[in-house]
Amino acid sequence: MTRSKATSIRWTQVLAVAAAAIVSIAACGGSTSGGSTANQPPTANMKPLASIGAGEGRLNLIAWEGYTDASWTDPFTQQTGCKVNAKYAGSSDEMVTLMANGGGGQYDMVSASGDADLRLIYAGDVRPMNTALIPDWSNFQPQFKSPSFNTINGVHYGISLQWGPNTLLYDTTKFPTAPTSWSVIYDSKYSGLVTVPDNPIQIADAALYLMKHQSSLKITDPYELTQPQFDAAIALLKQQRPLIKKYWGLASQEISLFQNGDVVVGAAWPYQTSTLKAANAHVNDTIPSEGATGWADTWMLATKAPHPNCAYLWTKYISTPKVQAQQAINYGETPVNSKACTEMDAIQAGSCAQYHADAPASYFNTIKFWKTPIATCDDGSQRCLPYSKWQLGWTSVTA
Amino acid sequence: MAANAVLRPRAPTGWARAQALVWRRPWLRASLLLTPPLAWFLVVYLASLALLLVTAFWRINSFTTAIERVWNLDNFQTLATDATYRTIIARTVGMAALVTITDALLAFPFAYYMARLASRRAQTLLFAAVLLPLWASYIARVYSWILILAHNGVLNWSLLAVHLPAANIGYTNVAMWLVFSYVWLPFMIIPTYAALERIPESLLEAAADLGARRLRSVSDVVVPLALPGLVAGSIFTFSLTLGDYITPILVGGAGSSFIGNVAYSNVGIANNVPFAAALATVPVAIMAVYLLGAKRLGAFEAL
Repeated sequence: MTRSKATSIRWTQVLAVAAAAIVSIAACGGSTSGGSTANQPPTANMKPLASIGAGEGRLNLIAWEGYTDASWTDPFTQQTGCKVNAKYAGSSDEMVTLMANGGGGQYDMVSASGDADLRLIYAGDVRPMNTALIPDWSNFQPQFKSPSFNTINGVHYGISLQWGPNTLLYDTTKFPTAPTSWSVIYDSKYSGLVTVPDNPIQIADAALYLMKHQSSLKITDPYELTQPQFDAAIALLKQQRPLIKKYWGLASQEISLFQNGDVVVGAAWPYQTSTLKAANAHVNDTIPSEGATGWADTWMLATKAPHPNCAYLWTKYISTPKVQAQQAINYGETPVNSKACTEMDAIQAGSCAQYHADAPASYFNTIKFWKTPIATCDDGSQRCLPYSKWQLGWTSVTA
Repeated sequence: MAANAVLRPRAPTGWARAQALVWRRPWLRASLLLTPPLAWFLVVYLASLALLLVTAFWRINSFTTAIERVWNLDNFQTLATDATYRTIIARTVGMAALVTITDALLAFPFAYYMARLASRRAQTLLFAAVLLPLWASYIARVYSWILILAHNGVLNWSLLAVHLPAANIGYTNVAMWLVFSYVWLPFMIIPTYAALERIPESLLEAAADLGARRLRSVSDVVVPLALPGLVAGSIFTFSLTLGDYITPILVGGAGSSFIGNVAYSNVGIANNVPFAAALATVPVAIMAVYLLGAKRLGAFEAL
């Protein structure tokens, strides 16, 4: 299947292989088209690296903005000789697109979030990794060693990195005390003063709100929505649309919206808060009483990674307590390595508690982590709406 | 023997023979000259359009977003039946029309002054003023409008300074209309200027001799003769607005989706290339109709 895909990408050969491609897609496409995840991922039987060899001198990464900061990539290059080239992606969808066809022989790794992981795994774009080659893996908090979003049937398709909540960002001149509910972003009082991400996964934020405020819908998981639950979330978002100044696509857009006073409240990442605060903007963020959606990121290895040794060296390096701490403070997120806490406090006193690196599992449980919506609900029925429906629904809200 | 060899005409070399052949057959020379640009046009332009059209009939796997080469009309059906896309198409065409009309109204008096009233020196200065913005990056010019129209931007600052209420037009369709009208204005002025400059002075003198006043001669003589120029300019302003995706992303607010940026997000973000291809055929079809209309109005003679 992988081979037929690779060749048929070239349009000149499309006609010649069209028949073969249709046959092969009909044969293997059926297993995934319904969004079923019961089968083995295509790369499940690929042998992971047994030992790390000499670095290839280069490493091409797809990452979130801020994940390949020079303060930790430069020492890595000095230590290993692997020069880091990063391509920033603005959304999980974009990451999946860039990783299509196993990274195309161009990209080595991707810092994918939970809502992209399963799509990458079941498309065969990422390959199993050997946790024995990552010494710090044994120091990871237990829920990040083999989480269901990157480990299937005991096979690890990546190494967990960092996690954190999607926060409510607000202007402190308009909100002297922190808002306690997400209701502020659905309140007509703030008409034209709200911003939320331009991302279909935002439907889950609406579902999380409805989970607490409209119990008759019986939403149990904001990523597993049946048609009536989905319709209610879309209706809430359509009602929110007149309040929206702009749906932001890049973190920098939201930063300038707050800086210029165009909005006073919005859904954000901790990165925006720390950047705005560094620029002396009067903002703060909070996790309201309903809880929050969040992300848990994983470094995943492309099936066609051209520099696998550098990729392992990178994963080994980024998992060490000191680098975990640096990234956590720089971005405003929580490291998965339990030993990073003391390193964080060494860099910036009190940061371990501030970013919840020492928080118990109960804190982790308050966050609903991004995952790919699929047709199969938790109860095994096929009544849930798959991600493609979420995309269409989101377009109908924002258009 | 030796003399014989000298006297015998030299056998023509391959190169000389080829030169002679090309000289004797002009059609061969023409086709040799035209083949490279024609091949370029066919391969790069027409083939990519054909590929676009073919892709529009494929679909993607809804879970892995891999392209499945299965012929179907689903993409076009969604375009035709989903109210969301009708709204987006109508908004895009409406904006393109509005920007075209705005630019025509702004460009005509400007081009008229430049072509018929200004001194030689003023004409040169005005020409430079029209073309100067085109030297700056498009992105930089769009960004400067964000700074002008933002809540704490230059516009509101000026309004408040003269005790007027703040205009809340940043990140709206009004902002997009302003930015589009600004960035495409030179493309309307230049063909209109060219058309106005070609009107012979004698026609205006004849109109005056027949008793037409200035306004009458403008409406009955100048405007009809400048119309092909305006229509030629409108091809630029209309098609550029129709296909743009950067301005809607940067300047637009909620409810500012355009054909261009919806196609862009389908390619770059959702990885639904077949649907993006189907969407991209819409402006192609609209422009085909527009160009046929423009041809009737003589726009191509004014280009």
